[in-house]
Amino acid sequence: MGALAEGISVTTTQAGAGPWRLIPAAAAAAATLWFAGFVGPVSHGEIPEYVLPWVPMLGIDFAFRLDGLSLAFALLICGIGALVFLYAATYFRSDRRLGSLLLTLIAFAISMLGLTVADDAVTLFVFWEGTTVTSWLLVGFDHEREKSRAAALQALLVTGMGGLALLAGLLIMGGMAGTYRLSEMNAMGEMFRASGLYPLIFVLVMLGCFTKSAQWPFQFWLPGAMAAPTPVSAYLHSATMVKAGVYLMARLTPALGGTDLWIWTLVPVGAFTMILASVWAMRQTDLKLMLAFTTIMGLSVITMLLGVSTPEAAVAAMTFLLVHAFYKAGLFLSVGMIEKGAGSRQYPEVAGLAAAMPLTTTVIALAALSMAGAPPFFGFIGKEVIYEAAGHAPVLPLFVAGTALVANALMIGCAGMVAIRPFFFRPRRSPRDMPADPGWGLWLGPAILAALGLFCGLFPGTVDHALVAPMVHAVTGAESPAHLALWHGIGAPLILSLVTFALGGCLYLLLDPIRDRLAAAEPSLPRTEAWYDAALVGVAAIAGALTGALQNGRMTSYLRWTFLTLGALIWLALFVGHGTWPAFTLSREIMDWAIFVIIVVSIVMVLRTHSRLTAITALGGVGSGIAIIFVLYGAIDVAMTQLFVEILVVIFLAIAMVRLPPTGAMPFKVGNALVAAVLGLGVFVVQLSVLGTDLDLFMTVFFEQSSVPSALGHNIVNVILVDFRGFDTMGEISVVVIAGVASIAALRAGRRTLR
Amino acid sequence: MKSLILSTCTRMLMPLILILSVFVFWRGHNEPGGGFIGGLLAATAFALVEKAEGLEAAKRALRFRPQSIAAFGLGCALVSGVWGGLQYGYFLKGVWPFITIDAEGNKHGLPFGSIFLFDLGVYFVVLGTVCGILFALEDVVSREADVEED
Amino acid sequence: MELLLAILAGSLVAAGSYLMMSGKTLPYLFGLTMISNAANLIIFASGRLTFGKPPLVPEHDKTIADVSNALPQALILTAIVIGFGLLVFALTLSYRSYYVLKTIEMDDMREAEPIAEGNS
Repeated sequence: MGALAEGISVTTTQAGAGPWRLIPAAAAAAATLWFAGFVGPVSHGEIPEYVLPWVPMLGIDFAFRLDGLSLAFALLICGIGALVFLYAATYFRSDRRLGSLLLTLIAFAISMLGLTVADDAVTLFVFWEGTTVTSWLLVGFDHEREKSRAAALQALLVTGMGGLALLAGLLIMGGMAGTYRLSEMNAMGEMFRASGLYPLIFVLVMLGCFTKSAQWPFQFWLPGAMAAPTPVSAYLHSATMVKAGVYLMARLTPALGGTDLWIWTLVPVGAFTMILASVWAMRQTDLKLMLAFTTIMGLSVITMLLGVSTPEAAVAAMTFLLVHAFYKAGLFLSVGMIEKGAGSRQYPEVAGLAAAMPLTTTVIALAALSMAGAPPFFGFIGKEVIYEAAGHAPVLPLFVAGTALVANALMIGCAGMVAIRPFFFRPRRSPRDMPADPGWGLWLGPAILAALGLFCGLFPGTVDHALVAPMVHAVTGAESPAHLALWHGIGAPLILSLVTFALGGCLYLLLDPIRDRLAAAEPSLPRTEAWYDAALVGVAAIAGALTGALQNGRMTSYLRWTFLTLGALIWLALFVGHGTWPAFTLSREIMDWAIFVIIVVSIVMVLRTHSRLTAITALGGVGSGIAIIFVLYGAIDVAMTQLFVEILVVIFLAIAMVRLPPTGAMPFKVGNALVAAVLGLGVFVVQLSVLGTDLDLFMTVFFEQSSVPSALGHNIVNVILVDFRGFDTMGEISVVVIAGVASIAALRAGRRTLR
Repeated sequence: MKSLILSTCTRMLMPLILILSVFVFWRGHNEPGGGFIGGLLAATAFALVEKAEGLEAAKRALRFRPQSIAAFGLGCALVSGVWGGLQYGYFLKGVWPFITIDAEGNKHGLPFGSIFLFDLGVYFVVLGTVCGILFALEDVVSREADVEED
Repeated sequence: MELLLAILAGSLVAAGSYLMMSGKTLPYLFGLTMISNAANLIIFASGRLTFGKPPLVPEHDKTIADVSNALPQALILTAIVIGFGLLVFALTLSYRSYYVLKTIEMDDMREAEPIAEGNS
């Protein structure tokens, strides 16, 4: 990777990148083929697994598992990835940032791939966060623009928060299940659903999914993320990152799905977000932004269908997932083609381009027909199965069908907007004088995707057998109840489709008045983004106030807080812990009392005196008194060390002190004295309670037994220092040297400026 | 502020303290003493010289740059660690090449080995570091005193 | 003696922390020394006291028992040297800071966190 980056940084200095720019696309294409090799086995029920131990004692592994759902996602990620990499390599051909863009895209693709094939909750979370971070880099790709940075940060914060909630949820699940394997958790669905912690887990996991997949009230970050370059939007916001949320919902359906809470959260939220997003899509004039809103709509449809929790709904959700991935990636890339070819992607600025850009027109038309759900495209099948699922919904079938119908009609309006308005019925307009189709590197990807929409519509049985049925099996744990077909016979779904076309047609014709009304109403409507903004301002204000109070730049304040916290912790430990108080009698030895008095008097002198010399002498008294204690109680080495250090401390203080000004009077400070008293009293009581516990002398006895036989030394203290714990001493003398070097450096720093 | 008495006493005391420090260090493995204490004692000797006869005299008495002494000490400790590592495969494992142990478990021979070298390293680290800071401090303090007087 | 040592440790910590909070460099160093001493005392006393029996194995013996606890002694011995290093470093820093900033009041040393305009 390093060598690759180096090579890129060298080549990007020249205008126009070399053939290396096609390597990522080729690699992704190869990965696609590799994964395609699994389609046969997986559709026959095989599930390849791969486990690499990571933290075995915690039961966390790099576990990967390729069931139908994971395989479909892996194919989407690698396949669309190959097309997007090719597109990006052409789109940014003469941009010197191409190398970094491709590298980030690859990192993103790997994260996304890992996320979808992971079978370990912690592994999944690591890759989940990987997509969050890399998408932050990608959305903020134009980092010179403040708008890009703000959008990237917003996406990062919203999805990052969700990621933290998700981690908490997954850890609770892992703790309850005793395993972090998602496949094993999914087998324990009964246990999760019956548990009292279920609502908590549900809320935490859904926070992760809803933020990632831009469900209300977190939908606002996705349109903002359109600050990203077109290839990035096509990749992140069609097939991959935003689908991570719905992927996880589908993945955890066996473990968490089907409860009232699940149904009554996912269905209303999905339906509401769906209507909201498709209405606002009508409002947009920027084609890419409009596609962003329809992406939210697509995700909401899947969310709602997963909420419905019937096998039919699972079929619909998985089918629509594929439908949406094909047409949305194709449309995003096509809008990029308009932008490259005609110089803008704003609707009124480009119009009547059909004659000048026939290829772009064809590709967009194909993708948009799939989006509108016209037969014989894959989108038509997707819509049929949604209506079919709505009819089987256990709750509110009319509501589900009705909202889906309205949203689909709005989609038809949007499809018309993106496919008709820029191309037909108007005189040619474009910022560029000679609009023309872009080169093969740009049209190949969208063309393949649009063609896939048509192919899947014509051969639904193949797709059903290879992808949809294994996906449904992974979600529901049962065989797929329905088979995809273009012609379902005359029934409710077909009638609903016809109604949708009629309504959608009307909406397209009324597009301009609707847009004007929405634009007029926009400022007065409540926006969830305002909540986010308010929360950000609030957090900043609280952080500012806290920082101002705690980090006020005053050393004494820091010390007071530190000592207060220390004292509080000590007292907390005393009250929470189980201290035992031994019965101590006061010493009768005159020697003990003499030393005690010497030290106490010295302490008082240090505190009371105004003379520095007296203070230093008294400090020496404290140290010497302690040295005598060491001598009396058998620590001769320690006592000698203490004495010599005492001598050296006095010498050092004396040298430095001569040059420092007198300290001056120190007024008694009640607050500081109180803090000090609380701390000192705590230390006293803790020391007593420590003496009341049983002392494990295992190590001491070991040293006493083995000092001579195995280390050939009779002074046990020295043997411990240089032999048994020699490694510690090694570190300690290193610290001493470092302290010396630092001191000398501090002393000599700036000496020259003084002269 | 040179004092004749202090200066004279120092000239007599200094070799004695140094010899004492080596003695304390030497017997450290079996009697109270060792590298830390020996090093501190030796540093005290040079501090005494410095106070009595000035910085230059102390630097001459030490002969080597204190930082080099500290680095040499750290080097000794590392070498002793590697020695044990090469001999037994454990970093810092004690090696006593000149000691033999008879049937009753009594040892004979020279108590010189990797542990001795390690303790010597501790001795030099302590000596070098303390002297280094002391000299630097005195150096800076006296120079700044000159600046103030100007 | 245990009771006396506990009182001493508590007093040293109290006096040391009070001096460190005084906000002047030299008393701060005194306080630091006191707290280091207190820490050593606490470790020493926690290993239990044995009067007058240093942990030295006699010349011709192999093992020994019922002497002072050697482990805390080894810990304290290095702690004293390290504490000395820390103290000297703090000393050189406060010395240096006086010559650069011309103050011994720690609250006036605001190079790292200058007083921002508008707040604080």
